[in-house]
Amino acid sequence: MATVPVETLDIIKKFGPHLARANATRLDTGVEPDRTVKTHCCFCGQQCGIQLLVKDDQVVGFEPWMEFPFNRGKLCPKGVKRYLQESHPDRLLHAYERDALVPEGFKPIAYDRAVARVAAEITRIQSQYGHDAFAVLSGASLTVEKAYLMGKFARMCLKTSNIDYNGRLCMVSAAAGNKKAFGIDRAANPWSDILQAEVVWISGANIAECAPITTDYVWQARENGAKIIVVDPRITPIARTCDLFLPIKPGRDVALFNGILHLMIENDWLDHDFIEQHTVGFDEVAVHVKGWTPQRTAEVTGISERAIRQAAEWWGTAKTSFLMHARGIEHHSHGVQNVLGAINIVLASGRIGREGCGYATITGQGNGQGGREHGQKCDQLPGARDVSNPEHRAYVAKVWGIDPSELPGPGVDAYEIFRKIDAGEVRGLLSICFNPIVSLPDNNFIRRTLEKLEFYVAIDFFLNETARHADIVLPGSLHEEDEGVVTTVEGRVIKINKAVDCPGDARQDWRIIQDIARQLGREQGFTFSSPREIFEELREASRGGIADYFGITYEKIERQYGVFWPCPSEDHSGTPRLFEEGSWNPVAKGKGRFYFPDGKARFNVARYTPPAEDTDEEYPIILTTGRVVSHFLSGTQTRRIGPLVDHYPEPRLEMHPLLAERLGIVTGDWATVESRRGACTLRVQVVKTIRPDTIFIPYHWPGRKSANQLTISAQDPISKIPEYKVCAVRVKKADKPPEYVSELEPQQ
Amino acid sequence: MPVPEHMEFFIDPSRCIGCQACVQACSECDTHKGYSMIQLDYIDRTASTQTVPVVCMHCDSPTCAEVCPADAIKRMEDGVVQTARKPHCIACNNCVLACPFGVPKMNTHMNLMMKCDMCYDRTSVGKKPMCASVCPSQALFFGTREEIEKLRPRSKPINHFRFGEQIITTKVNMMVPKEAPAEHVDVTAVMYEPAIGQDILDDLLMTSLP
Repeated sequence: MATVPVETLDIIKKFGPHLARANATRLDTGVEPDRTVKTHCCFCGQQCGIQLLVKDDQVVGFEPWMEFPFNRGKLCPKGVKRYLQESHPDRLLHAYERDALVPEGFKPIAYDRAVARVAAEITRIQSQYGHDAFAVLSGASLTVEKAYLMGKFARMCLKTSNIDYNGRLCMVSAAAGNKKAFGIDRAANPWSDILQAEVVWISGANIAECAPITTDYVWQARENGAKIIVVDPRITPIARTCDLFLPIKPGRDVALFNGILHLMIENDWLDHDFIEQHTVGFDEVAVHVKGWTPQRTAEVTGISERAIRQAAEWWGTAKTSFLMHARGIEHHSHGVQNVLGAINIVLASGRIGREGCGYATITGQGNGQGGREHGQKCDQLPGARDVSNPEHRAYVAKVWGIDPSELPGPGVDAYEIFRKIDAGEVRGLLSICFNPIVSLPDNNFIRRTLEKLEFYVAIDFFLNETARHADIVLPGSLHEEDEGVVTTVEGRVIKINKAVDCPGDARQDWRIIQDIARQLGREQGFTFSSPREIFEELREASRGGIADYFGITYEKIERQYGVFWPCPSEDHSGTPRLFEEGSWNPVAKGKGRFYFPDGKARFNVARYTPPAEDTDEEYPIILTTGRVVSHFLSGTQTRRIGPLVDHYPEPRLEMHPLLAERLGIVTGDWATVESRRGACTLRVQVVKTIRPDTIFIPYHWPGRKSANQLTISAQDPISKIPEYKVCAVRVKKADKPPEYVSELEPQQ
Repeated sequence: MPVPEHMEFFIDPSRCIGCQACVQACSECDTHKGYSMIQLDYIDRTASTQTVPVVCMHCDSPTCAEVCPADAIKRMEDGVVQTARKPHCIACNNCVLACPFGVPKMNTHMNLMMKCDMCYDRTSVGKKPMCASVCPSQALFFGTREEIEKLRPRSKPINHFRFGEQIITTKVNMMVPKEAPAEHVDVTAVMYEPAIGQDILDDLLMTSLP
């Protein structure tokens, strides 16, 4: 049933994406705002502090929040213009029901009727096919309260094991690697530690475009004398002036880390005391990296041997350091191995748990950290507890007032949910804060599976591209229309404050979820009257877990500019830096710094395997995908903000002049990229800042402009993250512009 | 209230990441909402990701004001050179053509020259300009000379520029490497040469083509 009801162009005509620009009050000078609301940006994991200016219940602009310690007023262009998403012409003001007979494919219906239909369909599907036949897809841009509620709703109200979230495309490789090595999944250090580092190692992180505020930390470290090493297939803006650039061939990161460890061992650049006292497993790893000679490392990674030796020497001999990575090493079918390789060179150096000695993954989504801790992940319960662990189940069941046997077991990852839809095992879907038809790989498959659903309800503030397939659309809340907490890249829990009310029939997402629960006749546990009440329960549910929020209160957050978890008691001020000497944690119970019963960190053998789809004669070029600075993820918000679209209107295909020359292509030409899964015609930008064997396409656009028509759905066996960063393609010059040029505006 | 003398503007293009936060924030400034007074461009995107933000340098003897036949451009006592005053500006473009830094732009829609006034509404009441407040890389920095010396030990500020025979002193500083001698760069010297070290890039990325 869940096909698109009418032609896509007709849906776009009504629901957009259209562009919002400043007008009326937002352009008037000398406007005195009615109030100034201190809150945070709605986009990435940096969660910059920002003040929103409100006049007549409209957000009319912003004022830098100079006191918030992480960003001190700094913002990227997305943060500056985010206010234009509010009072947007595309804002959903009603519930909608699909109707192929109306021109735009959806007709407004009364909110209560929409909720009643959702409840009736859930009941029908679950009674006919079983509880697991109804799945829930959630997201990590939701507040911690909402993320917690989504997990509770799926497991306790719907009794389905099939819940997962869009962090599956984001943080899971880092999370799995961190748990294997440290027993805990959180950035080990506050960002202030970057400033004290002698060497800053950045692998697979386009910091300047995806985490722009971190740039100043990196540049400031260099002013203090640090050497900056950047590993990337592209000379990104942060790489342009780094001290050492390693142009790695996509998909080969673990080989580089193993090669570095090989040289550290060969030159005895090791912290033997640390390795002996605080780690296990080094010997096995040392044997494994013996084969990773500089020569072999160079052959596999495509980096010169000299550069590898230089990097190893700087890293090996530094007294302080900070290693960070992001999706560049994590979006792989061996993403966890890449992360483990990175952690191995940190542990071998002994430089962790001290001032100026740090390690972190750079979280992608706003609540990428908090959203992966409290139970909307398929294998997890609140407090980073394990849904398969009987003790954990018993604890959470008690907080929820149910019997542990009523809690479903582990479900499957987000992509696997679509495979289950394809196989007919899942018949109904509720999605919130997730736009999989843009963001998942091989998205022609995703579209086909959506068409098989018997019932699909989407909650969103705009009609995102996936929601066009919905039977019912419920109008949820924008970031500025609700309050709650979010956990940042540093592990700092901060508070989002409400600036304006929801317009029309729209309402806060947690109210919608509770309305559905009530309509299902299962409202026990879903009668919260505010985010604060949800947070109070979450504090209890996370108590004693690894991600312990028990000691965090809204008031303490405001007072301290955030609280770093773990914060086990009300008199505890939080834990900015993990793994410090003498630190206590609930797993080691005083035996050591790391979150294992013996208190020791784990070296893990990190095995290199080539990408799932390597290049061959038929598909000889590597495709890698990523982001640009003016857009965020699937673009549901940023493709509706005029000035951000002006900055970067449409995806451009980046290729090196050597490749372009061979293909007879110059900047501005149209070229068609084909993979085994799809094709995509885009305009070319010839740049010397990319490896000649690799092309790059940003992924923020839908439909025929979508890079994810090409990408492969191969997943890491442990984390289940998809391999967005490598697949094989071929490229040819296109004879004429694609049809979409005359039909669609750039952002559509 | 004048902009306090000890608060200065510093530009460091080596830090710029081209994110355009400054451009976007400039158009939120209360005196010229909807229009950005900053230009930020790639030097040569094919060769490099290098970008340069251009704000008004606020010259001690502003060429724009000197060539203005209508006396529309005013330099304040604190050194800030204001944007053209609306009733005076005759949209003749003299300033646009004469400014050695290429800063003033003609707003044909309004028949008015507009340029950066260092966020006078903000800087004159103790706030930082919008661009320097938000700049994620702090390529644009607003603060005291003591602060910049402490924060940027590898660089030094300069505010003397030579354009042919014309020597210009500016209120805004450009950060340059501390050890490098001040060079007199003739524009023609780079007209026939690649702007950036392309050989280095070729070396770095030299891999076998597919």
